[in-house]
Amino acid sequence: MIKSLKARKSELADVGYEIQILSAKTPTGFESNAFATKLRESHLYPLKPVKIDTLQINVGKMCNQTCKHCHVDAGPDRKEIMTRETMQHCLDVIKGHSFTTIDLTGGAPEMNPDFRWFVEEIRKIDKKINIIVRCNLTIIVANPSYYDLPDFFKQHNIEVTSSLPHFTVMRTDSQRGEGVFEKSIKALRMLNAVGYGKDDSGLILNLVYNPSGAFLPGSQKSLQQEFKKKLKDPYHIVFNQLFCITNLPISRFLDYLLVSGNFDDYMEKLISSYNPIAAEGVMCRNTISVGWSGYLYDCDFNQMLEMKVETSDQHISKWNTETLTQREIQTNQHCFGCTSGAGSSCGGATS
Amino acid sequence: MKNYYNPEDLKKFGNIGEFQKNLADKFFDYYGETFKEGALTAREKSLIALAVAHTIQCPYCIDAYTADTMEKGCDEQQMMEAVHVAAAIRSGATLVHSVQMMNKYKELSM
Repeated sequence: MIKSLKARKSELADVGYEIQILSAKTPTGFESNAFATKLRESHLYPLKPVKIDTLQINVGKMCNQTCKHCHVDAGPDRKEIMTRETMQHCLDVIKGHSFTTIDLTGGAPEMNPDFRWFVEEIRKIDKKINIIVRCNLTIIVANPSYYDLPDFFKQHNIEVTSSLPHFTVMRTDSQRGEGVFEKSIKALRMLNAVGYGKDDSGLILNLVYNPSGAFLPGSQKSLQQEFKKKLKDPYHIVFNQLFCITNLPISRFLDYLLVSGNFDDYMEKLISSYNPIAAEGVMCRNTISVGWSGYLYDCDFNQMLEMKVETSDQHISKWNTETLTQREIQTNQHCFGCTSGAGSSCGGATS
Repeated sequence: MKNYYNPEDLKKFGNIGEFQKNLADKFFDYYGETFKEGALTAREKSLIALAVAHTIQCPYCIDAYTADTMEKGCDEQQMMEAVHVAAAIRSGATLVHSVQMMNKYKELSM
Protein backbone atom coordinates (compact mmCIF):
# COMPACT_ATOMS: atom_id res chain seq x y z
CA MET A 1 0.00 0.00 0.00
CA ILE A 2 1.35 3.47 -0.87
CA LYS A 3 1.86 5.99 1.94
CA SER A 4 0.30 9.42 2.30
CA LEU A 5 2.22 12.41 0.91
CA LYS A 6 2.65 13.53 4.50
CA ALA A 7 4.27 10.23 5.55
CA ARG A 8 6.46 10.33 2.45
CA LYS A 9 7.48 13.88 3.40
CA SER A 10 6.57 14.95 -0.13
CA GLU A 11 6.85 18.63 -1.03
CA LEU A 12 3.19 18.44 -2.00
CA ALA A 13 2.20 17.81 1.62
CA ASP A 14 2.91 21.52 2.01
CA VAL A 15 -0.20 23.42 0.84
CA GLY A 16 1.87 26.53 0.15
CA TYR A 17 3.78 24.57 -2.47
CA GLU A 18 0.56 23.15 -3.93
CA ILE A 19 -0.95 26.61 -4.27
CA GLN A 20 2.26 27.87 -5.87
CA ILE A 21 1.96 25.17 -8.57
CA LEU A 22 -1.74 25.86 -9.10
CA SER A 23 -1.17 29.60 -9.33
CA ALA A 24 1.65 29.45 -11.87
CA LYS A 25 1.03 30.50 -15.46
CA THR A 26 0.46 27.39 -17.58
CA PRO A 27 2.85 26.67 -20.48
CA THR A 28 -0.03 27.26 -22.86
CA GLY A 29 -0.44 30.77 -21.51
CA PHE A 30 -3.30 30.63 -19.02
CA GLU A 31 -2.67 33.25 -16.35
CA SER A 32 -2.74 32.57 -12.62
CA ASN A 33 -6.09 34.34 -12.32
CA ALA A 34 -7.68 32.40 -15.21
CA PHE A 35 -10.52 31.09 -13.02
CA ALA A 36 -11.45 34.53 -11.73
CA THR A 37 -11.34 35.85 -15.32
CA LYS A 38 -13.72 33.11 -16.49
CA LEU A 39 -16.07 33.81 -13.59
CA ARG A 40 -16.01 37.51 -14.44
CA GLU A 41 -16.95 36.70 -18.07
CA SER A 42 -19.86 34.62 -16.73
CA HIS A 43 -20.94 37.50 -14.42
CA LEU A 44 -20.28 35.31 -11.39
CA TYR A 45 -17.31 37.15 -9.87
CA PRO A 46 -16.96 37.44 -6.94
CA LEU A 47 -18.53 34.03 -6.39
CA LYS A 48 -21.21 34.30 -3.71
CA PRO A 49 -23.36 31.71 -1.92
CA VAL A 50 -27.03 31.34 -2.77
CA LYS A 51 -28.49 29.52 0.23
CA ILE A 52 -26.61 27.33 2.70
CA ASP A 53 -28.59 24.10 2.85
CA THR A 54 -25.82 21.49 3.11
CA LEU A 55 -23.29 20.96 5.87
CA GLN A 56 -20.46 18.68 4.79
CA ILE A 57 -18.46 17.44 7.74
CA ASN A 58 -15.07 15.83 7.30
CA VAL A 59 -14.65 13.76 10.46
CA GLY A 60 -11.01 12.94 9.79
CA LYS A 61 -8.22 11.97 7.46
CA MET A 62 -7.87 8.44 8.83
CA CYS A 63 -8.64 5.79 6.21
CA ASN A 64 -8.03 2.08 5.61
CA GLN A 65 -7.07 2.86 2.00
CA THR A 66 -4.57 5.16 0.31
CA CYS A 67 -6.08 5.79 -3.12
CA LYS A 68 -3.73 7.33 -5.65
CA HIS A 69 -6.09 10.20 -6.47
CA CYS A 70 -7.13 11.11 -2.90
CA HIS A 71 -7.53 14.88 -2.47
CA VAL A 72 -7.50 14.47 1.33
CA ASP A 73 -4.15 12.65 1.38
CA ALA A 74 -5.95 10.23 3.69
CA GLY A 75 -4.59 6.89 4.84
CA PRO A 76 -3.94 4.59 7.80
CA ASP A 77 -1.00 6.82 8.78
CA ARG A 78 -3.20 9.93 9.19
CA LYS A 79 -4.30 10.46 12.76
CA GLU A 80 -6.16 13.79 12.44
CA ILE A 81 -9.79 13.08 13.40
CA MET A 82 -12.67 15.14 14.76
CA THR A 83 -13.21 15.07 18.53
CA ARG A 84 -16.60 14.60 20.19
CA GLU A 85 -16.38 18.21 21.41
CA THR A 86 -16.15 19.51 17.83
CA MET A 87 -18.96 17.14 16.81
CA GLN A 88 -21.06 18.68 19.59
CA HIS A 89 -20.46 22.15 18.06
CA CYS A 90 -21.66 20.72 14.72
CA LEU A 91 -24.79 19.33 16.43
CA ASP A 92 -25.52 22.74 17.96
CA VAL A 93 -25.31 24.33 14.50
CA ILE A 94 -27.51 21.61 12.96
CA LYS A 95 -30.13 22.31 15.68
CA GLY A 96 -30.14 26.03 14.96
CA HIS A 97 -30.07 26.03 11.15
CA SER A 98 -32.44 24.40 8.68
CA PHE A 99 -30.12 22.23 6.62
CA THR A 100 -31.61 19.76 4.17
CA THR A 101 -28.47 17.61 3.99
CA ILE A 102 -25.68 16.58 6.35
CA ASP A 103 -22.89 15.02 4.34
CA LEU A 104 -20.35 12.99 6.33
CA THR A 105 -17.00 12.35 4.74
CA GLY A 106 -13.35 11.57 5.54
CA GLY A 107 -11.00 9.56 5.21
CA ALA A 108 -13.21 6.66 6.12
CA PRO A 109 -15.71 8.45 8.40
CA GLU A 110 -16.67 5.15 10.04
CA MET A 111 -13.15 4.87 11.53
CA ASN A 112 -13.74 7.83 13.82
CA PRO A 113 -14.61 6.19 17.20
CA ASP A 114 -17.44 8.72 17.70
CA PHE A 115 -18.93 8.21 14.24
CA ARG A 116 -21.93 6.13 15.33
CA TRP A 117 -22.69 8.41 18.28
CA PHE A 118 -22.55 11.41 15.94
CA VAL A 119 -24.93 9.86 13.40
CA GLU A 120 -27.39 8.90 16.16
CA GLU A 121 -27.33 12.44 17.58
CA ILE A 122 -27.94 14.03 14.15
CA ARG A 123 -30.88 11.69 13.59
CA LYS A 124 -32.30 12.60 17.03
CA ILE A 125 -32.34 16.28 16.02
CA ASP A 126 -34.24 15.68 12.79
CA LYS A 127 -36.04 12.55 11.66
CA LYS A 128 -36.25 13.74 8.06
CA ILE A 129 -32.91 15.41 7.38
CA ASN A 130 -30.92 13.70 4.64
CA ILE A 131 -27.76 12.21 6.13
CA ILE A 132 -25.18 11.07 3.58
CA VAL A 133 -22.24 8.87 4.53
CA ARG A 134 -19.42 8.75 1.98
CA CYS A 135 -18.43 5.14 2.49
CA ASN A 136 -15.39 3.70 0.72
CA LEU A 137 -17.04 0.21 0.79
CA THR A 138 -13.96 -1.73 1.85
CA ILE A 139 -14.29 -0.46 5.42
CA ILE A 140 -17.46 -2.61 5.74
CA VAL A 141 -15.38 -5.76 5.28
CA ALA A 142 -12.17 -4.46 6.92
CA ASN A 143 -12.79 -6.21 10.25
CA PRO A 144 -15.74 -7.78 12.12
CA SER A 145 -16.50 -4.60 14.09
CA TYR A 146 -17.66 -2.99 10.84
CA TYR A 147 -19.67 -5.91 9.42
CA ASP A 148 -22.92 -4.48 10.83
CA LEU A 149 -22.49 -1.08 9.14
CA PRO A 150 -25.18 -1.82 6.50
CA ASP A 151 -27.67 -2.49 9.33
CA PHE A 152 -26.55 0.63 11.18
CA PHE A 153 -26.99 2.72 8.02
CA LYS A 154 -30.44 1.20 7.47
CA GLN A 155 -31.52 1.77 11.07
CA HIS A 156 -30.77 5.49 10.78
CA ASN A 157 -31.99 5.89 7.21
CA ILE A 158 -28.60 6.98 5.90
CA GLU A 159 -28.00 7.65 2.22
CA VAL A 160 -24.87 5.72 1.30
CA THR A 161 -22.61 7.20 -1.37
CA SER A 162 -19.72 4.97 -2.34
CA SER A 163 -16.76 5.22 -4.65
CA LEU A 164 -16.34 2.65 -7.36
CA PRO A 165 -14.22 4.11 -10.16
CA HIS A 166 -14.91 1.30 -12.59
CA PHE A 167 -16.67 -1.99 -13.13
CA THR A 168 -13.38 -3.70 -13.98
CA VAL A 169 -10.82 -4.98 -11.51
CA MET A 170 -7.88 -3.32 -13.25
CA ARG A 171 -9.26 0.22 -13.37
CA THR A 172 -10.54 0.09 -9.78
CA ASP A 173 -7.45 -1.47 -8.25
CA SER A 174 -5.07 0.81 -10.17
CA GLN A 175 -6.64 3.79 -8.41
CA ARG A 176 -7.69 2.41 -5.03
CA GLY A 177 -5.21 -0.39 -4.32
CA GLU A 178 -4.86 -4.10 -4.96
CA GLY A 179 -7.87 -6.20 -4.00
CA VAL A 180 -10.17 -3.19 -3.56
CA PHE A 181 -12.54 -4.18 -6.37
CA GLU A 182 -13.22 -7.62 -4.92
CA LYS A 183 -13.79 -6.23 -1.41
CA SER A 184 -16.02 -3.47 -2.81
CA ILE A 185 -18.20 -6.04 -4.58
CA LYS A 186 -18.50 -8.00 -1.32
CA ALA A 187 -19.53 -4.83 0.55
CA LEU A 188 -22.02 -3.84 -2.16
CA ARG A 189 -23.63 -7.28 -1.83
CA MET A 190 -23.94 -6.74 1.93
CA LEU A 191 -25.59 -3.35 1.32
CA ASN A 192 -27.95 -4.86 -1.26
CA ALA A 193 -28.78 -7.69 1.17
CA VAL A 194 -30.31 -5.25 3.68
CA GLY A 195 -32.21 -3.47 0.89
CA TYR A 196 -29.83 -0.69 -0.21
CA GLY A 197 -30.18 0.24 -3.89
CA LYS A 198 -33.31 -1.88 -4.34
CA ASP A 199 -36.50 -0.45 -5.83
CA ASP A 200 -39.08 0.64 -3.26
CA SER A 201 -36.81 -0.04 -0.26
CA GLY A 202 -36.35 3.69 0.24
CA LEU A 203 -32.69 2.97 1.03
CA ILE A 204 -30.49 4.94 -1.32
CA LEU A 205 -27.16 3.61 -2.53
CA ASN A 206 -25.35 5.88 -4.96
CA LEU A 207 -22.01 5.17 -6.57
CA VAL A 208 -19.29 7.65 -7.39
CA TYR A 209 -17.25 7.35 -10.55
CA ASN A 210 -14.06 9.32 -10.89
CA PRO A 211 -11.68 8.65 -13.73
CA SER A 212 -8.70 6.46 -12.90
CA GLY A 213 -6.25 8.61 -14.81
CA ALA A 214 -5.64 11.97 -16.45
CA PHE A 215 -8.93 12.20 -18.31
CA LEU A 216 -12.34 13.72 -17.67
CA PRO A 217 -15.54 11.84 -16.89
CA GLY A 218 -17.91 11.28 -19.81
CA SER A 219 -21.70 11.59 -19.78
CA GLN A 220 -23.11 10.65 -16.38
CA LYS A 221 -26.26 9.22 -17.95
CA SER A 222 -24.39 6.87 -20.32
CA LEU A 223 -21.89 5.80 -17.67
CA GLN A 224 -24.72 5.06 -15.25
CA GLN A 225 -26.36 2.81 -17.86
CA GLU A 226 -23.08 1.00 -18.44
CA PHE A 227 -22.36 0.59 -14.71
CA LYS A 228 -25.88 -0.74 -14.06
CA LYS A 229 -25.49 -3.30 -16.83
CA LYS A 230 -21.97 -4.41 -15.87
CA LEU A 231 -22.67 -4.67 -12.13
CA LYS A 232 -25.95 -6.53 -12.61
CA ASP A 233 -24.30 -9.16 -14.75
CA PRO A 234 -22.22 -10.97 -13.47
CA TYR A 235 -22.29 -9.52 -9.93
CA HIS A 236 -26.08 -9.15 -9.34
CA ILE A 237 -25.47 -5.74 -7.77
CA VAL A 238 -28.01 -2.91 -7.94
CA PHE A 239 -27.67 0.76 -7.04
CA ASN A 240 -29.63 3.99 -7.49
CA GLN A 241 -27.58 6.69 -9.20
CA LEU A 242 -24.05 7.09 -10.48
CA PHE A 243 -22.38 10.42 -9.72
CA CYS A 244 -19.51 11.44 -12.01
CA ILE A 245 -16.89 13.47 -10.20
CA THR A 246 -13.93 15.12 -11.92
CA ASN A 247 -10.57 14.71 -10.18
CA LEU A 248 -9.32 18.08 -8.97
CA PRO A 249 -5.61 18.81 -9.41
CA ILE A 250 -4.67 18.89 -5.74
CA SER A 251 -2.91 16.61 -3.25
CA ARG A 252 -2.28 13.02 -4.42
CA PHE A 253 -3.98 13.53 -7.78
CA LEU A 254 -1.73 16.54 -8.37
CA ASP A 255 1.24 14.36 -7.40
CA TYR A 256 0.11 11.76 -9.95
CA LEU A 257 -0.30 14.42 -12.66
CA LEU A 258 3.16 15.85 -12.04
CA VAL A 259 4.95 12.48 -11.79
CA SER A 260 3.23 11.10 -14.91
CA GLY A 261 3.88 14.27 -16.92
CA ASN A 262 0.15 14.90 -17.44
CA PHE A 263 -0.24 18.12 -15.44
CA ASP A 264 -0.10 20.70 -18.24
CA ASP A 265 -2.41 18.80 -20.60
CA TYR A 266 -4.88 18.05 -17.81
CA MET A 267 -5.05 21.70 -16.74
CA GLU A 268 -5.53 22.76 -20.32
CA LYS A 269 -8.33 20.24 -20.75
CA LEU A 270 -10.04 21.51 -17.58
CA ILE A 271 -9.68 25.15 -18.57
CA SER A 272 -10.73 24.72 -22.19
CA SER A 273 -13.87 22.83 -21.17
CA TYR A 274 -15.04 25.54 -18.74
CA ASN A 275 -18.83 25.61 -18.72
CA PRO A 276 -20.56 28.76 -17.39
CA ILE A 277 -23.74 26.81 -16.57
CA ALA A 278 -21.71 24.40 -14.44
CA ALA A 279 -20.04 27.42 -12.78
CA GLU A 280 -23.43 28.77 -11.79
CA GLY A 281 -24.31 25.47 -10.10
CA VAL A 282 -21.08 24.81 -8.15
CA MET A 283 -21.71 23.16 -4.79
CA CYS A 284 -19.76 25.72 -2.74
CA ARG A 285 -22.70 28.08 -3.30
CA ASN A 286 -24.99 26.00 -1.05
CA THR A 287 -22.52 24.09 1.13
CA ILE A 288 -20.27 24.76 4.09
CA SER A 289 -17.49 22.30 4.71
CA VAL A 290 -16.27 21.61 8.25
CA GLY A 291 -12.76 20.26 8.80
CA TRP A 292 -11.72 17.76 11.49
CA SER A 293 -10.55 20.58 13.75
CA GLY A 294 -13.81 22.54 13.35
CA TYR A 295 -12.67 25.21 10.90
CA LEU A 296 -15.03 26.17 8.08
CA TYR A 297 -14.28 26.08 4.37
CA ASP A 298 -16.09 26.68 1.08
CA CYS A 299 -15.67 23.02 0.08
CA ASP A 300 -13.71 19.87 0.91
CA PHE A 301 -11.05 20.83 -1.66
CA ASN A 302 -10.47 24.30 -0.21
CA GLN A 303 -10.33 22.54 3.16
CA MET A 304 -7.40 20.44 1.99
CA LEU A 305 -5.69 23.58 0.65
CA GLU A 306 -6.32 25.21 4.06
CA MET A 307 -8.24 28.06 2.42
CA LYS A 308 -10.67 28.94 5.25
CA VAL A 309 -13.94 30.81 4.65
CA GLU A 310 -13.35 34.52 4.26
CA THR A 311 -15.31 35.72 7.28
CA SER A 312 -14.32 36.85 10.76
CA ASP A 313 -15.87 33.75 12.36
CA GLN A 314 -14.03 30.82 10.84
CA HIS A 315 -14.80 28.11 13.39
CA ILE A 316 -17.93 25.95 13.80
CA SER A 317 -18.15 27.13 17.45
CA LYS A 318 -18.72 30.66 16.13
CA TRP A 319 -21.18 29.81 13.34
CA ASN A 320 -22.79 32.90 11.86
CA THR A 321 -25.27 32.25 9.03
CA GLU A 322 -25.42 35.88 8.04
CA THR A 323 -21.71 36.47 7.52
CA LEU A 324 -21.31 33.06 5.89
CA THR A 325 -24.08 33.83 3.39
CA GLN A 326 -22.54 37.18 2.54
CA ARG A 327 -18.98 35.93 2.17
CA GLU A 328 -16.93 35.73 -1.01
CA ILE A 329 -16.06 32.14 -1.95
CA GLN A 330 -12.30 31.55 -2.27
CA THR A 331 -11.19 30.24 -5.66
CA ASN A 332 -8.02 29.22 -7.46
CA GLN A 333 -7.17 27.20 -10.57
CA HIS A 334 -8.24 23.87 -8.99
CA CYS A 335 -11.83 25.18 -9.19
CA PHE A 336 -11.78 24.48 -12.95
CA GLY A 337 -12.33 20.84 -11.91
CA CYS A 338 -15.89 21.65 -10.81
CA THR A 339 -16.76 23.76 -13.85
CA SER A 340 -15.49 21.63 -16.73
CA GLY A 341 -17.84 19.85 -19.11
CA ALA A 342 -21.09 18.86 -17.42
CA GLY A 343 -19.74 20.20 -14.11
CA SER A 344 -18.78 18.27 -11.03
CA SER A 345 -19.84 18.21 -7.40
CA CYS A 346 -20.13 15.68 -4.58
CA GLY A 347 -23.54 14.96 -6.09
CA GLY A 348 -22.12 14.40 -9.57
CA ALA A 349 -22.71 16.45 -12.73
CA THR A 350 -24.29 19.86 -12.21
CA SER A 351 -25.63 20.76 -15.64
CA MET B 1 14.06 18.13 -34.61
CA LYS B 2 11.29 18.67 -37.13
CA ASN B 3 8.47 16.16 -37.31
CA TYR B 4 5.63 15.72 -39.74
CA TYR B 5 3.32 15.02 -36.80
CA ASN B 6 3.18 17.28 -33.72
CA PRO B 7 0.77 16.42 -30.85
CA GLU B 8 0.22 20.15 -30.28
CA ASP B 9 -1.32 20.41 -33.76
CA LEU B 10 -4.34 18.39 -32.67
CA LYS B 11 -5.40 21.30 -30.44
CA LYS B 12 -5.24 23.57 -33.49
CA PHE B 13 -7.64 21.44 -35.54
CA GLY B 14 -10.35 24.06 -35.06
CA ASN B 15 -8.14 26.63 -36.81
CA ILE B 16 -8.63 25.08 -40.26
CA GLY B 17 -11.43 27.63 -40.65
CA GLU B 18 -8.79 30.36 -40.94
CA PHE B 19 -8.22 29.41 -44.60
CA GLN B 20 -11.78 28.39 -45.53
CA LYS B 21 -14.37 29.21 -42.88
CA ASN B 22 -17.53 28.15 -44.68
CA LEU B 23 -16.42 24.59 -45.40
CA ALA B 24 -14.80 24.24 -41.98
CA ASP B 25 -18.03 25.32 -40.25
CA LYS B 26 -20.02 22.86 -42.31
CA PHE B 27 -17.53 20.08 -41.50
CA PHE B 28 -17.49 20.73 -37.73
CA ASP B 29 -21.30 20.95 -37.63
CA TYR B 30 -21.52 17.64 -39.46
CA TYR B 31 -18.80 16.12 -37.24
CA GLY B 32 -20.54 17.22 -34.05
CA GLU B 33 -23.91 15.94 -35.25
CA THR B 34 -22.43 12.58 -36.29
CA PHE B 35 -21.04 11.85 -32.83
CA LYS B 36 -24.21 12.74 -30.94
CA GLU B 37 -26.23 10.03 -29.21
CA GLY B 38 -28.48 8.55 -31.92
CA ALA B 39 -29.54 5.08 -33.06
CA LEU B 40 -26.00 4.24 -31.92
CA THR B 41 -24.83 5.43 -28.51
CA ALA B 42 -22.07 8.04 -28.28
CA ARG B 43 -20.00 5.30 -26.66
CA GLU B 44 -20.46 2.89 -29.60
CA LYS B 45 -19.59 5.67 -32.03
CA SER B 46 -16.44 6.45 -30.10
CA LEU B 47 -15.32 2.80 -30.28
CA ILE B 48 -15.97 2.76 -34.04
CA ALA B 49 -13.93 5.97 -34.35
CA LEU B 50 -11.09 4.37 -32.37
CA ALA B 51 -11.07 1.36 -34.70
CA VAL B 52 -11.18 3.54 -37.83
CA ALA B 53 -8.40 5.74 -36.40
CA HIS B 54 -6.15 2.66 -36.37
CA THR B 55 -7.16 1.67 -39.89
CA ILE B 56 -6.33 5.09 -41.33
CA GLN B 57 -3.36 5.25 -38.94
CA CYS B 58 -3.98 8.82 -37.90
CA PRO B 59 -1.96 9.54 -34.73
CA TYR B 60 -4.15 12.53 -33.88
CA CYS B 61 -7.31 10.42 -34.07
CA ILE B 62 -5.71 7.61 -32.02
CA ASP B 63 -4.82 10.04 -29.21
CA ALA B 64 -8.20 11.73 -29.37
CA TYR B 65 -10.31 8.57 -29.40
CA THR B 66 -8.22 6.74 -26.81
CA ALA B 67 -9.04 9.58 -24.40
CA ASP B 68 -12.63 9.78 -25.61
CA THR B 69 -13.36 6.06 -25.19
CA MET B 70 -11.75 6.16 -21.72
CA GLU B 71 -13.94 9.13 -20.80
CA LYS B 72 -16.96 7.18 -21.96
CA GLY B 73 -16.10 4.34 -19.58
CA CYS B 74 -14.70 1.79 -22.08
CA ASP B 75 -12.12 -0.52 -20.61
CA GLU B 76 -8.83 -1.63 -22.13
CA GLN B 77 -10.26 -4.96 -23.29
CA GLN B 78 -13.12 -3.31 -25.19
CA MET B 79 -10.73 -0.82 -26.76
CA MET B 80 -8.32 -3.53 -27.90
CA GLU B 81 -11.19 -5.64 -29.27
CA ALA B 82 -12.31 -2.63 -31.34
CA VAL B 83 -8.79 -2.39 -32.82
CA HIS B 84 -8.85 -6.13 -33.55
CA VAL B 85 -12.08 -5.64 -35.49
CA ALA B 86 -10.27 -3.03 -37.61
CA ALA B 87 -7.27 -5.31 -37.99
CA ALA B 88 -9.44 -8.31 -38.93
CA ILE B 89 -11.22 -6.32 -41.65
CA ARG B 90 -7.88 -5.02 -42.91
CA SER B 91 -6.27 -8.45 -43.10
CA GLY B 92 -9.50 -9.94 -44.44
CA ALA B 93 -9.46 -7.35 -47.22
CA THR B 94 -5.93 -8.40 -48.12
CA LEU B 95 -6.74 -12.08 -48.00
CA VAL B 96 -10.00 -11.89 -49.94
CA HIS B 97 -8.00 -10.42 -52.84
CA SER B 98 -6.07 -13.67 -52.92
CA VAL B 99 -9.12 -15.17 -54.62
CA GLN B 100 -8.27 -12.88 -57.54
CA MET B 101 -4.69 -14.13 -57.37
CA MET B 102 -5.94 -17.72 -57.37
CA ASN B 103 -8.28 -17.00 -60.29
CA LYS B 104 -5.46 -15.44 -62.31
CA TYR B 105 -3.10 -18.27 -61.33
CA LYS B 106 -5.57 -20.82 -62.60
CA GLU B 107 -6.20 -18.80 -65.77
CA LEU B 108 -2.49 -18.72 -66.56
CA SER B 109 -1.78 -22.30 -65.59
CA MET B 110 -1.96 -25.30 -67.87
